Amino acid sequence: MTRKVVDPAAVSENEFAKEAKSSFADFFFRKSTGFFALLVAMVLIAILVSLGLEAWPALRNFGWKFLITTTWDPVSNQFGALVFITGTLVTSAIAIVLAIPVSFGIALFISELSPRWLRGPISAVIELLAAIPSIIYGMWGLLVFAPWFGNLEPWINDHLGAIPGVGLLFRGPPIGIGVLTAGIVLSIMIIPFISSVMRDVFMLTPATLKESAYALGGTTWEVTRFVTLPFTRTAVTGGIFLGLGRALGETMAVTFIIGNANSLNSSLLLPGASIASVIANEFTEATTHLYKSSLLALGLILFLITFVVLALAKLLLLHLESRLEGRKS
Amino acid sequence: MIRLYTRRLWINRVNMSMAVLTTIIGVFIVGWILWTTLHYGWSAVHPHIFTQDTPPPGSSGGGLRNAFVGSLILLAIAVVIGTPVGVLAGTWLGEFAAKNRLGVIVRFLNDILLSAPSIVIGLFVYAILVNPAGHFSAFSGGVALALILIPVIVRTTDETLRLIPNSLREAAIALGASYWKVVAKITWRAASTGILTGVILGTARISGETAPLLFTALNNQYYSSNIWHPIANLPIVIFQFAMSPYSNWQQMAWVGAFVAIVFILVLSIGARALFKRSHLLE
Repeated sequence: MTRKVVDPAAVSENEFAKEAKSSFADFFFRKSTGFFALLVAMVLIAILVSLGLEAWPALRNFGWKFLITTTWDPVSNQFGALVFITGTLVTSAIAIVLAIPVSFGIALFISELSPRWLRGPISAVIELLAAIPSIIYGMWGLLVFAPWFGNLEPWINDHLGAIPGVGLLFRGPPIGIGVLTAGIVLSIMIIPFISSVMRDVFMLTPATLKESAYALGGTTWEVTRFVTLPFTRTAVTGGIFLGLGRALGETMAVTFIIGNANSLNSSLLLPGASIASVIANEFTEATTHLYKSSLLALGLILFLITFVVLALAKLLLLHLESRLEGRKS
Repeated sequence: MIRLYTRRLWINRVNMSMAVLTTIIGVFIVGWILWTTLHYGWSAVHPHIFTQDTPPPGSSGGGLRNAFVGSLILLAIAVVIGTPVGVLAGTWLGEFAAKNRLGVIVRFLNDILLSAPSIVIGLFVYAILVNPAGHFSAFSGGVALALILIPVIVRTTDETLRLIPNSLREAAIALGASYWKVVAKITWRAASTGILTGVILGTARISGETAPLLFTALNNQYYSSNIWHPIANLPIVIFQFAMSPYSNWQQMAWVGAFVAIVFILVLSIGARALFKRSHLLE
């Protein structure tokens, strides 16, 4: 398709007659495509403004207390976001802690260990994880993974739960669903995003840098640890933030697995709720104006958190790009 | 000296084995999820799945016809709105703003929109379309999906256009062609495979999106093709059926998941093959 041979003469044949018109056409073309580009850029601002307006009644009513109270009581019209903010942050934290080493291992395997013929297929398989829709992770998590994981939970109770202090996090009924399970499934969902960034930047590390370290007798691990990682540090952090941004906003999988309990629990094995899951569950049932406005305020909070995380991710990723471009020129 | 050397070798071996192990875990999980979906889905596939509508709770039989039709309608609305907007915006970025500052900002915002939580997009469309209109509609669902599709198309269009060698453009301009003709007849043509790949990959992505449809297209127990009314759609039917206690509904949810996965895999693999072919030719 791309190699369609374009005959330049045929294109320009009728052009002379239209020359006068064409300068206006050019102007129009440039401005109209520019209009759509600005439109796309404006969507983010429009989201911020419209959610802000819709959330205003709740924010005005509850003030800063909205962020730090745990009451979520539609009957008496009292709303606080703390349970859900905590749920979102905790599930995302579990996801990121589990996803970083696994993504790093996968990226290391693909960039350093894998035979050349296996690189493509392995990358493609891992990227399939990103193509599977969130709802299918949810179903798999609820109907397959959670029952299986529930069998492991007595063990977690007995061993991790026995540690003084931290053990408090790992005590609870072995029901399978809960905050920890949601975090684990989230980690699977963000692995492809983190590992593909890591893989790309590992492969971009200049060969001369790596080769000089190998020439000094470094092992593959030492070259990775002391050459590749320091060179790609900012971009790797960017990839991690990208994964975090995904985890924070993930809705359907979490809604299926987290258990949807609007209360703050000390244990990760107990059900909880996240910002996205409570919106998904309750929005169409929200009858009063204040209830709906509170849910939209939760959406606004989620949007602001992910915006900051994603913007940071993008800035960190741009950093390596500009550094590599500087090298080339 | 020797001991230090063996120590280093062992550290290397352990870490590299961990890398192999994590890769195996990753591949295993992909296999686990796909196998589960295909296994449960395939065992419940039945011809009436495609000819009957969603059954009421607790009853047996029924199918997913209304959900399939509804999802296709939603995808069509999203692609019809998203493709021109995305391609034009991407064209501006790739052709007119390859290096300037405004281009950098727009590209930055587009990349954030690309990863923005889809549930927030759903809330946004609820606020601007559903709430003023006073009712849920397939059209608003299509708009929500289009908002997720657009940044994908913008990005691939922009990237593909920037890869087109400038000599192509210069040759046409030197012959007196106006710039918009150069874009329309030469660079778009040269970039058509890349742009098409973007549209297909974007469609694959939105075809499983559930969260933005919850408060826009909603759901419909019956067959409907009216885009101004709530419409049944596969993701929300899967959500509702999988969470239900009825085994007939749960089985149907697996069939829905099976069809969705196959659809998405075919689109993704097709897009990859298309992309590869265009690269091989060069």
